[in-house]
Amino acid sequence: MRRMKTIAASVLSVAVLGLAQTASAETLRLLTWGGYAPENVVEMFEKETGITVEVTKSNNEEMIAKLRATGGGGFDLIQPSQDRIAGPQLEFGIYKPIDLSKIDKSLFIPSMLEATMKNTTVDGQVYGVPHVWGTSGLVVNTKKAPMVKDYLDLCAPEVAGKVTYRLKRPTLIAFAFSMGMDPFAAYGDEAAYKDILSKVEAKLIECKPNVKTYWSGGDELLNLMRSGETVAAMAWDTGGWKLNAENPDITFVAPKSGALGWIDTFALPAKGQADDAAYKWINFVMQPKVAAMITEAAGNFTASKGADEYVSADLKARYQASFPPEAVDNIKWYPPVPAGLEALEGAVLDRVKAAQ
Amino acid sequence: MREGTRLGFILLLTPLLLWLSLLILIPHVDMFLVSIRERVGVGKYDISLANYRTFWGEPLYLWTFARTAVMSILATIITFLIAFPVSYYIAKIARGRLQSALFLACLIPFWVSELVRTFGWMILLRETGVFSGLLQWLGLAEGPVEMLYNDAAIMVGLVYTSMLFMVVPLVTTLESLDDAVIEAGYDLGGNGWSVLREIVLPHAKPGIVSGSIVVFMLSLGNYLTPTMLGGKDSLWFTELIYSQFIVRFNWELGAAFGFMLLLLSSLIVWGMLRLTGETLEETMG
Amino acid sequence: MAPDLECVSLTKRFDGMTAVDDVSFSVAPGSFFSILGPSGCGKTTIMRMIAGFLDPSAGDIRIKGRSVLNVPPNKRPVNMVFQHLALFPMMNVADNIGYGLRRAGLPKAEIARKVDEALERIGLPGIGARRVDELSGGQKQRVAIARCMVLEPDVLLLDEPLGALDLKLREHMKIELKKLQAEFDTTFVYITHDQSEALVMSDQVAVMNRGRFEQVGTARDLYYRPETAFVAGFVGDSNRWPGRVERIEGETLALRTDDGMLMLGATHGRALSVGDRVQMFVRPEAIRVARDAAELARFDNRIEGTVTSLLFNGAASRILVRHATGGGEIEVALPQSGEFADLGEGDRIVVGWSGAQGNCFPATGQDGAPDAERSDA
Repeated sequence: MRRMKTIAASVLSVAVLGLAQTASAETLRLLTWGGYAPENVVEMFEKETGITVEVTKSNNEEMIAKLRATGGGGFDLIQPSQDRIAGPQLEFGIYKPIDLSKIDKSLFIPSMLEATMKNTTVDGQVYGVPHVWGTSGLVVNTKKAPMVKDYLDLCAPEVAGKVTYRLKRPTLIAFAFSMGMDPFAAYGDEAAYKDILSKVEAKLIECKPNVKTYWSGGDELLNLMRSGETVAAMAWDTGGWKLNAENPDITFVAPKSGALGWIDTFALPAKGQADDAAYKWINFVMQPKVAAMITEAAGNFTASKGADEYVSADLKARYQASFPPEAVDNIKWYPPVPAGLEALEGAVLDRVKAAQ
Repeated sequence: MREGTRLGFILLLTPLLLWLSLLILIPHVDMFLVSIRERVGVGKYDISLANYRTFWGEPLYLWTFARTAVMSILATIITFLIAFPVSYYIAKIARGRLQSALFLACLIPFWVSELVRTFGWMILLRETGVFSGLLQWLGLAEGPVEMLYNDAAIMVGLVYTSMLFMVVPLVTTLESLDDAVIEAGYDLGGNGWSVLREIVLPHAKPGIVSGSIVVFMLSLGNYLTPTMLGGKDSLWFTELIYSQFIVRFNWELGAAFGFMLLLLSSLIVWGMLRLTGETLEETMG
Repeated sequence: MAPDLECVSLTKRFDGMTAVDDVSFSVAPGSFFSILGPSGCGKTTIMRMIAGFLDPSAGDIRIKGRSVLNVPPNKRPVNMVFQHLALFPMMNVADNIGYGLRRAGLPKAEIARKVDEALERIGLPGIGARRVDELSGGQKQRVAIARCMVLEPDVLLLDEPLGALDLKLREHMKIELKKLQAEFDTTFVYITHDQSEALVMSDQVAVMNRGRFEQVGTARDLYYRPETAFVAGFVGDSNRWPGRVERIEGETLALRTDDGMLMLGATHGRALSVGDRVQMFVRPEAIRVARDAAELARFDNRIEGTVTSLLFNGAASRILVRHATGGGEIEVALPQSGEFADLGEGDRIVVGWSGAQGNCFPATGQDGAPDAERSDA
């Protein structure tokens, strides 16, 4: 019996060892969004530092789900949005604090760095620094749907059946703003937030017949707008600008009630094994020239100071057309999502989906 | 048992035991433990059946499950109705080259990933897609026709995805039916319908049941096809589980949903077996 | 009285090949008719045409005087016992037998009565509830026949139904089948490649080769008076000597075999002339054996030789004798008297037979041996 136990134990440990990922200090395992680590940048970095970079592309929800499943392991650097750091950290403890002394602060736009640090502080420690920022708003075919100026216009009879948006939390927030409420202010007050959600729910159900389909992937959205099957959508700014390059009628429009601003950050997973490489990567990609290369690849601007100079004129022109100065001021930046809020929102989204 | 054979026995059994315990048993036990937790505060959990109460208490979830189950049963029936003549042709009428070519034709869609297949259907069915264009060109439709984002599209996708899994067991059982038995059926006065009903179908029953179970479970567990082809009203149970786990970070409810899916689908399969008088051993054996 | 079954100039061509070539025959009511031939001779094709599974290319099939060419298989008054019986494995014995009656729309009670009656007649009362795979080979056989006979067909077709049985059971079932036929008093048409099945059971046997009937007659006719070289070679065992005619005197001819022996034979009315190539067939049991040539003085063919093989098979024991001056081996049946029980290989012996037993046929392209295996059409 003892022998069997020994055999079982050794077999099991071999299997577990085989399954566990082995990471050497010479490898940086990066979990990020598509376009945030373009190949040319990775090559430059590898040449300069000798560190190999393994890039895994994902989105906010998946990033957190992955870290949660491993308790914060499997990756050395990840890039969730700044509102997804404090809540998950409190709940699941999947990040580790950033040693700000190892980061070259002079590379960052000060206001953005300040805001991000403030939003990602838990128990006095900072968990995130900014990288890429952008907005969600409206992507509109201005020829076919000139009247769409705000989120609620998506429910207008003129565009019935030709509208698409995601069935996710940004849509709830956007509709709340468009209906004249301030959901961010109600983040701390569950009853008030519930109240807002129930109004938004009613609106979204009322609006459902107008929707062609709820899009779920970026390519799906681009196809819908490109083919003309939909003429107005709630989507990211980069999507609008990409379409604008192909068809000047389609562009990104900052809604009257304000575009929703997001900042994707750098954060360290709790069980990351290559922190030094991670800091090197951060300082490397925040250099203005490298940051501009990322902007070209991702379509969004970065928090790198002075990188705008190196960005192509086309992109700058599109940005300026979509964001007159007053629209920039009107951007609603996401505050950190309190843990547990998603369960409330989830129930609302489920009910909207099920509504006939 | 001698020491040597015993060691050999253990070594031979090890991969199976590892497979069963590491990949099936342990994850399910863990899932179950997760499903009976309730979040009571930040990072604090209690043992409770709250998640299961949520499932039974919220008509939305029950309704979604019922809808998924009914649609899956319907998909199974439609798949059978289409696959049976195809299988019969392959097994009993086609010969030699043609037979293997037809069988291969059923396999071809599975050389591309499910995602690509589903995209293929989207290209065909969408408003600016191939069918819509064809109808307009033929003058059968005035303007663009939207055939995507409805239950019929989901059904088409499910049936298409499941076809092979019905055809293979059907062809196997039908091939094992001696042609002379069918001829005897006619010779003794049967017509096409009665030979089908009294001889061919009873003989093919194990194949029908095993094909149906596979197709039903595949449809019930399908995620991509219903969400992509169904659009805003798709409402598939797996979608709920996915969103609980990935979008809402609500693993507890997701795990409970997963267990309910396992339980209820097993119940439906058991009911089907009872109804047809087959046993699982016979069907899978 | 019209024959139960009549085929007129029946022909079936598959692409490029004639499987059945202008075959005509009729079967008298209540008789047992066999078609005997090597595999691939076209006998199965004839049977499938009668049953209705194949359409003839030309000719007519009449049952009780009426053409059935336009009648589908499920409406023809013939039923078939298949080679592997084709009992319905998904039904029990009673449902198997009752299948045809249900199809005919008989009331349940009557079906049950008829099934019981049929089981009684085949000597298996009370097995109605058994599953088909619980039956022995012989029981299955009887159930398969009963399944057809409850429908009271005008003609019952049997497609080598004994082929799958072991030897002992086959011998037993031959007698059983003959009894069942008498019991049901129905016309049986039986096809087989096994001559003993055909000879034992049949009232009439048709020997078939390459799509044609070579000869139709009683078992005795075929055995003692074969009309063609093929029948002589195929039915029963024979010594066969190819050679050339040297002399003809009336019915008697002298033949020089290819291996140099001179033998006397009979033309049996066939037109042969000196110099023709012929084949002579002599049955082993027509040849007498003796240790002394004097005992065989009355025979006009006498050959001295040595025993090369003893083929012991009880009552049907034989020996092979090699001609003393060279030439082929001769197969000879041993008398059952025990007189030669001590015969050994290498012993000198004399064999002889009367010239009238040497049946001569003109040699044709085919040499009378069964065709090489062809796929059965």
